[in-house]
Amino acid sequence: MTYLGWLFSSENWAGSAENPGIAQRLVEHLGYTALTLLIALVIALPLGAWIGHTGRGGLMVVGIANALRALPTLGLLVLLFLAVGLGLLGPLIALVILAVPPLLAGTYSGVANVDPSIVDAAKGMGMRGPEVLFKVELPNALPLIIGGVRSALLQVISTATIAAYVGLGGLGRFILDGLSQRDFPQMIGGSILVALLAIVADLLLGGLQRLLVSPGLQQRGAQAGPGRLRLIRGGAGTDRARAA
Amino acid sequence: MIEFRGVTKRFPDGTVAVHELDLVAEQGRITVFVGPSGCGKTTSVRMINRMIEPTSGELRVDGRDVLAGDPADLRRGIGYVIQQAGLFPHRTIVDNIATVPVLLGRGRREGRSRAMELMETVGLDPSMARRYPNQLSGGQQQRVGVARALAADPPVLLMDEPFSAVDPVVRENLQDELLRLQSELGKTIVFVTHDIDEAIKLGDKVAVFRVGGTLAQYDEPGVLLSRPVDEFVDTFVGRDRGYRGLGFLSSDTIPIGELPTVGLGDPVPEQGWHAVLDGERRPLGWIDGGHRPGGATVSEGDVVPGGSLYPVGSGSLRGALDAALSSPSGRGVAVDADGRVAGSISADDVLTALPDARRHDPAA
Repeated sequence: MTYLGWLFSSENWAGSAENPGIAQRLVEHLGYTALTLLIALVIALPLGAWIGHTGRGGLMVVGIANALRALPTLGLLVLLFLAVGLGLLGPLIALVILAVPPLLAGTYSGVANVDPSIVDAAKGMGMRGPEVLFKVELPNALPLIIGGVRSALLQVISTATIAAYVGLGGLGRFILDGLSQRDFPQMIGGSILVALLAIVADLLLGGLQRLLVSPGLQQRGAQAGPGRLRLIRGGAGTDRARAA
Repeated sequence: MIEFRGVTKRFPDGTVAVHELDLVAEQGRITVFVGPSGCGKTTSVRMINRMIEPTSGELRVDGRDVLAGDPADLRRGIGYVIQQAGLFPHRTIVDNIATVPVLLGRGRREGRSRAMELMETVGLDPSMARRYPNQLSGGQQQRVGVARALAADPPVLLMDEPFSAVDPVVRENLQDELLRLQSELGKTIVFVTHDIDEAIKLGDKVAVFRVGGTLAQYDEPGVLLSRPVDEFVDTFVGRDRGYRGLGFLSSDTIPIGELPTVGLGDPVPEQGWHAVLDGERRPLGWIDGGHRPGGATVSEGDVVPGGSLYPVGSGSLRGALDAALSSPSGRGVAVDADGRVAGSISADDVLTALPDARRHDPAA
């Protein structure tokens, strides 16, 4: 209980001027996450859609994306720290490199795996390239794209703690400070917060997925069952197998 | 009208899919392309809407060179139905059907109201409009595919093995429906199939392709059955082509004979086969007379199921012969347009009428 007590102290939530509390760290953490995801989406969505649509360069890009995934983020951060110094840029680049592969894989495989007979029908109806992409391929790829977003989001939320290593904020502060001060309630409280944030964010995206994806693409079984277990499984692990 | 003039398709790897094809698909008619796999029938039809570009030759749709304009514009003016229907799974039925009108900029509302009309035309319940393709059976999906192709009212309809993925009963249903639709719409239809029976049933003219993309024979189905040009067509058309060819000969000259009949509840006849009729004089089946203790009456349990019925005035020799052969008594039941018994026919009558029917039919 003493460990959890740290979490429920209003003092810890509010913090002070020189020692910001949980609320502010949470906002910072979400800020890093949102910024990372935005940049990664801007890179990965058009690239993945283009590769999936044209079928050109798919193997190469997926290969590179999978290689990028294998990079240890902490090592990358140290390298970037040496290259660009302190500040947001280093961790941001590291996080974007982490977030791009699942987004790219999700978008690419989503678009590339649309049933060819549907694409054939779309062209045969007289749709031009962009119409095929936006009216047929992307809507049908949406479940896999959102799967990629969920996967990226989970990884970015949990890894954004590294920002604290280079003197920035976010929930990583509590883990790092707790460790260095041997303040275990603070460290555990910080870890729990990161985990909870990831779960809540994934649930929210799962809800969004149901709103955005056409009912024609949602399987009846998935609609009937309680979504929670499926959400976490679908979010984190599946697209790795698909991209491989 | 669709004209192929010396059209050849050679793929980059050197295979010639279609070789010097000369063919005219007539206005308002169903032309069927049929042949074994690898004969270029699908390639040929896909060149009409430029889903595949011809390597050489000239291809015109209603006098217009298909290679002249923009392919997307061309395709919006040509209905296209493919195997498995190819419906958009993320769109409702009504929005699937409205695809081309919306592409043509006619607005979603107009497109949807047109789609609702078409659902009725192709025999779909309007309550399905808001459903998604995965909630429909294969046959229903294929009807949606046809409705979608008709939505912008194109003069030309291309159908690429549209019914090959549904079960035989549904397929026959869809074929009948297509013939009914065509009698109302009069589109220029090019229909691809590998099934010769489907080709013969649907085609006003049938083009038989052979492997290598050349045209083996292009004729009316009756001619194809009675006078195949060579061994390939003969084999492809199938073994009992003589029998099937009867389907294209008029049976108007067959004499309609007497038919001994009996009603339900009447005394069982003393001997011989009698047709059992209901109160409206419609046939229920047959009963073999005699062999019963005195005083028995005809009950439903005694009725032996009859064979196919022969419609007087609209039947073919094939239908007449089948009625006779499938009847337990050896005499086929002839019915009028209302389904009431008109008399009987025998297999001998059919064979006697055959030479006459052949003389009157230019195809045979």
